[in-house]
Amino acid sequence: MAVTFTLNGKSTTVDVPAEMPLLWVLRDVLNLHGTKFGCGVGQCGACTVHLRGRAVRSCQTPVANVDGAAVTTIEGLSADGTHPLQQAWKKLDVPECGYCQAGQIMAAAALLTTRPNPSDTDIDAAMNTNLCRCGTYVRIRQGIHDAVRSSSNGVPSATTPTTEDSK
Amino acid sequence: MSPTITLDRRDFLRVTALAGGGFVLATYLEPLDLLAQGRGNSAPLEPNAFVAIDAGGIVTITAKNPEIGQGVKVMLPMLIAEELDVAWRDVRIVQADLDPSKYGQQSAGGSRATPSNWTPMRQIGGAARQMLIMAAAQSWGVPASEITTTPGRLVHAASNRSAGYGEFASAAARVTPPAFDSLTLKDPKDYRIIGTSIAGVDNHKIVTGQALFGSDVTVPGMLHGVYQRCPVIGGKAVSANLDAIRAMPGIRHAFIVPEGVGGGSMSGVAIVADSWWYAESARKKLTVTWDNGPTAADSTAGFDTMAATMATQAPQSTSRADGDVDAALAGAARTVEGAYAYPFLAHAPMEPPNATASFKDGKLELWAGTQQPGGVVNTIANALGITAADITVHLPRMGGSFGRRLYNDYVIETALIAKTVGAPVQIRWSREDEMRNEVFRPAGYHYLKGGLDASGSLVAWRNHFISFSNEAPPAAGRGGGPPQQGPAVRPAPSSTLSGSEFPARFVPNFATHVSMMPLGVTTGAHRAPGSCAISFVMQSFLDELADAAGKDPLQFRLDLMARTPVPEGGRGGFDAERMTAVLKAVASSSGWGTRPLPEGSAMGVAFHFSHSGYFAEVAEVNVDANKRIKVNKVWVVGDIGRQIVNPLNAESQVHSAVNDGLSQLMLEITVDGGRVVQGNFDTYPVLRMRQAPPEVDVRFVLSDNDPTGLGEPALPPVIPAVTNALFRATGTRVRSLPLTKHGFSWR
Repeated sequence: MAVTFTLNGKSTTVDVPAEMPLLWVLRDVLNLHGTKFGCGVGQCGACTVHLRGRAVRSCQTPVANVDGAAVTTIEGLSADGTHPLQQAWKKLDVPECGYCQAGQIMAAAALLTTRPNPSDTDIDAAMNTNLCRCGTYVRIRQGIHDAVRSSSNGVPSATTPTTEDSK
Repeated sequence: MSPTITLDRRDFLRVTALAGGGFVLATYLEPLDLLAQGRGNSAPLEPNAFVAIDAGGIVTITAKNPEIGQGVKVMLPMLIAEELDVAWRDVRIVQADLDPSKYGQQSAGGSRATPSNWTPMRQIGGAARQMLIMAAAQSWGVPASEITTTPGRLVHAASNRSAGYGEFASAAARVTPPAFDSLTLKDPKDYRIIGTSIAGVDNHKIVTGQALFGSDVTVPGMLHGVYQRCPVIGGKAVSANLDAIRAMPGIRHAFIVPEGVGGGSMSGVAIVADSWWYAESARKKLTVTWDNGPTAADSTAGFDTMAATMATQAPQSTSRADGDVDAALAGAARTVEGAYAYPFLAHAPMEPPNATASFKDGKLELWAGTQQPGGVVNTIANALGITAADITVHLPRMGGSFGRRLYNDYVIETALIAKTVGAPVQIRWSREDEMRNEVFRPAGYHYLKGGLDASGSLVAWRNHFISFSNEAPPAAGRGGGPPQQGPAVRPAPSSTLSGSEFPARFVPNFATHVSMMPLGVTTGAHRAPGSCAISFVMQSFLDELADAAGKDPLQFRLDLMARTPVPEGGRGGFDAERMTAVLKAVASSSGWGTRPLPEGSAMGVAFHFSHSGYFAEVAEVNVDANKRIKVNKVWVVGDIGRQIVNPLNAESQVHSAVNDGLSQLMLEITVDGGRVVQGNFDTYPVLRMRQAPPEVDVRFVLSDNDPTGLGEPALPPVIPAVTNALFRATGTRVRSLPLTKHGFSWR
């Protein structure tokens, strides 16, 4: 079926089976490789993207569900990698292998839209569904706090300013 | 482990001019020299390096080793840049393809990158700097000895002249490279880069989602595929409903690969499609007739039963016997016995195994995230009927590995499939593929007995280690049949015990016996191989003995290490002074025995020596009434020599090792009918954020030893540190893992 949605601020149409997961539409059809495959069953969070401003598992999201909606992936979180979370991740050297970190950042960005100054408990609750096999959890938590501190005007919306949702 | 090899006069530098100005410097080692040094015919070459300086003074350093998250893509260039004396902001880093003739050894494993490269990489940087100096000396008509450098600049103070490196890059290309042994390397007090914190070179690409990993590779015309292996490890595909599969949406090819071709590759069914999802969807409709083979008899329950039986029988062999253990135990004032066990484990890297291959006109191009790229080329060349020279291997970043990608089965299989389909193809494993076709950390069983004298001093230690062999057993030998007796058979990979693990040498009567039962399941190295399992056993049983002796467990260990050790002919390794220093340091940093802890909380201590690193760790653990565990904090003190190359990454590697060890507390892979029971993170629940300790205190003792590696040695002690804390908190002595066997869970 033809599915049209707003992807990182741009109207995008794909013609694929309705049940094809968004993850594979992004990766194999649209050639956007920032969103990762980790488990295929919604257990690890590596494939986290924003759908209508909320963090979802793209491996568990049939593409039909995004018809008419706004989707933001790690490639669209900021124009040039300047989202406070991206900057904090670089500064604190959060990534080890780095494979899960796009999903971690997207989950954290969604958290900050609902809790702009999260406690450790908030962070644990929001981030507990994102696995990191390298065990970078200490720095992920530091990175979220650092992003909050460094945003003088608050953390930007989890979706890029050009998407439908943030208007 | 290999000794550190330093480059000597037989090494020579090659230098070539770069178009547009600048030069390229690389070192070459003759492979035959290395073989003559006893490296063995399977040993990779020693490292060479590669430096390019353009006319503008920008230095491009090639990172030769595969990056799996250990930080080597920054660490090795730091060593070169330091001695080249260049500002880090002027350094660009590029990842090498596989080319041993140019770069020497290109691998990741064994925490070897630092010790193997510490001297050669600095020498390469120093040689490049010296060539720039010689070029400037010639041009300025002054003695080279009068020229100094500041980062990126050549300076002749007497004539008040200076120039950027870029101005002499072309001229330096015509200078005869100096012998390494003629170079004077920097005094460490002058370091500007080594010892500073430098973040990962790929961080920007990682946080902006740019293609970087093996599974991000795209080749024009590339297809995507899955490869279904036999659910019983080692079984073969006989037939399948291939026509039905080929008729499904998006499917281009479906075929049986009847045999493995070596290197761990297996028979299976390939399904190749326009998208991985089409291939994976088709696989759900795949029906295969398998020849399961002999591994179908493997079962965890059978192994447990057989180990218990073998424990009552005479050991098959003895790997160490100091003093007279029987007499010492018979004469002991008190003896303690403990039966320990640990399970099979999967590596479960976040990025499942994958590779991309393009076979065209008799040449193969591979994009393979592998820890041992050099190990795969000949196997593939033989299988495809081409030569090694026909194969190009690119080394994309890996999404974790932990030892899994030391084994190239997935790379070999991808190459075979690409040749068959005649188009570029990426084969990506599902999580279930990964977990069920692992190279598992082998399970193991240890039957221990220790003896204390009247003063509570440890006088005897015996361990009967029951492990696995890979030899084809007599009929019905696996998983519940009679134990195999007789002469020693080949141990399954990574299921051996060195016999030198502490407290070996520090107990006068000390014996290690080994018996093996046959195993079909594939086993191999897992982060801190061997050590990740044995540390739990040795350091837990030591704790039991300390408790029986009525002594503080930390002091009990210090007292043991203060003894005069039994001499160890040639191999030794363990340095009690270094371990004593880190143990005392962690006692201090953790406030061992000096801090009141809340009800339900306790501290545990353990140490382990592996990969040349000395690590002592303390865990503070809280257990609630429902046996739910929270690790409040872990204190780590390590000694990996006199220099921490990149402190930012060093701390991160220790965080990682601690959390990896904690993960293992709750994990197990079990086998039933030769099939792995677990399949994804729901049944193999690796550590999550809420379960990880909020704080890990990381410190290093700087000893006067050459720097050694950090990817692995911080892992082993955290496991017994936690189980020893659990004993103190609850009175439950954990002798087998995972902790779920004893009713514990994460809070």
